[in-house]
Amino acid sequence: MSDWLTPDQASAVFLSLKVAFWATLCSLPPGIFVAWILARCEFPGRQILNGLVHLPLILPPVVTGWLLLMAFGRRGWIGAPLYELTGFTFSFQWTGAALAAAVMAFPLLVRAIRLSLEAADPKLEAAAATLGAGPLRIFLTITLPLAAPGVLAGAILAFAKALGEFGATITFVSNIPGQTQTLPSAIYSLLQVPGSDAAATRLVLISIALAMAALLLSEVLARRMQKRISGA
Amino acid sequence: MTLEIDIRHSFGGFHLEAAFTAPAGVTALFGPSGSGKSTIFQAIAGLLRPDEGHIRLEGATLFDSAAGLHIAPRNRRMGCVFQEPRLFPHLSVAQNLRYGAGENFSRSAPRICGMLGISHLLDRRPGALSGGEQQRVAIGRALLSQPAFLLMDEPLSALDAARRAEILPWLERLRDEAGLPILYISHSLAEVTRLATTLVLMAEGRVIGAGPLEEMLSDVGPGLSLDRAGAVLQVTATGEIRDGLRELRLSDGTPIWLPEASAPKAGAFRLQIPARDVMIAREVPQGLSALNILPAKVLSLTPLSEAEVMIRLEAGGGVIPARITARSAAALDLGPGQQVFAIVKSASLAGGI
Repeated sequence: MSDWLTPDQASAVFLSLKVAFWATLCSLPPGIFVAWILARCEFPGRQILNGLVHLPLILPPVVTGWLLLMAFGRRGWIGAPLYELTGFTFSFQWTGAALAAAVMAFPLLVRAIRLSLEAADPKLEAAAATLGAGPLRIFLTITLPLAAPGVLAGAILAFAKALGEFGATITFVSNIPGQTQTLPSAIYSLLQVPGSDAAATRLVLISIALAMAALLLSEVLARRMQKRISGA
Repeated sequence: MTLEIDIRHSFGGFHLEAAFTAPAGVTALFGPSGSGKSTIFQAIAGLLRPDEGHIRLEGATLFDSAAGLHIAPRNRRMGCVFQEPRLFPHLSVAQNLRYGAGENFSRSAPRICGMLGISHLLDRRPGALSGGEQQRVAIGRALLSQPAFLLMDEPLSALDAARRAEILPWLERLRDEAGLPILYISHSLAEVTRLATTLVLMAEGRVIGAGPLEEMLSDVGPGLSLDRAGAVLQVTATGEIRDGLRELRLSDGTPIWLPEASAPKAGAFRLQIPARDVMIAREVPQGLSALNILPAKVLSLTPLSEAEVMIRLEAGGGVIPARITARSAAALDLGPGQQVFAIVKSASLAGGI
């Protein structure tokens, strides 16, 4: 590996995978929750919540990154008390990169899950209720399994988005090799240095390979789940 | 277990106002599509909250608008069988059956699966079952949830005639063996006459008649069209077959003959005799092709129109209505208390089962 990728480049690949993995995993529960609220609940302010969730999709990423810095930076209005209390901070850490990636990927995740939740048949939920199941049990045993392909699609999409997130990440946690330098920011850095085209190309190829692998995996898993649900 | 319903509900220009009582046995809620039957089903199951009224099960209130009480579906102990099976597609048949059963499953499952003939399907997925099998699993799933009352909303309407004929006997077994009170919603009189003990007639959001099935069918009341009036008699097959005809006994022992193919081989079942297929004679007729001649007593005469009269006869341990012309009634000089003979063609009984 070392003659092909420098340690810093290798760690950028590894860091990107780690960031994308944790960003996806940690945003799944709130993503499912928000998608369920948007799909099943009628309340004033629903459109505002919907708009807030989708904001990162349409804002310039650098704006999202700046907002994260204001909120979760060492002197941010959430970041400061958090640091005082626990000594934990997002700024200039890989966890900050994960937070930025999660926020940027959240709209895609919620969208996919919401669509599949809306497609889950409420008649089956009614049947479960008459069999004595409470709302939580119905959600966990009927609604969520029926929506599983959508949850999976949303998670893969979020993972791919998190893997490629650049603008908000570099604004929020900068571009420190070995600490916060993800795959896209490593490619960006290489492109700033004359004569690094070969190294940049290698990282670009790795990016393409990872994205393709994620897509293929989601396709295989989705097909298997669909078969399980349609139940033949 | 008596279910007591008195509800009013309006939606989309439709107004439902229904009050009736469903005692033990099978209560059929009968009426055309759009008469409000399914709304009542939803209200009893707790899936819909009526505007006004109350629903009580053996004294326990499930819904009361005045008291602001609405028990959640999961706490009502209503076993529900819907028009479509509504099996959970991602779970196996066994997991579906287990869903509402709790710890009761291992104890009750063998008996209920045996009764419904689904024991061999347990490892399969709903998608791999036929429509009739799916509906039987749905019935089993409702039974295993230990309901206090079973609600069935046209459980056979989504099935073709062959599947319907396949499930009806299971429903009869359910009525006779499970001892569970059932509210059975249907717009098929054939199903109702086979299954029900009590009949509630509905039209345009209102209850237009209610009572024991035999009385309701033999009476010239509102709701049922005259063409459908008839007798429902309990008969037992003796096993005797002569000339392709099967011998049945009415509850008072009177023999009656039916084409072999149209009657079950053995056991007790219900025989339906349409009023328009019954003739009346003052004396035992001679040289007549009809085989079934039952001694009868005239109970009442009700004019249907200028030309027709409905005569209610007591015969064979039940009430048999006969629809004849006013001219014949006058010619025979019929009056209450008279001894006559009811004549039924065997061939006309063929479709009555």
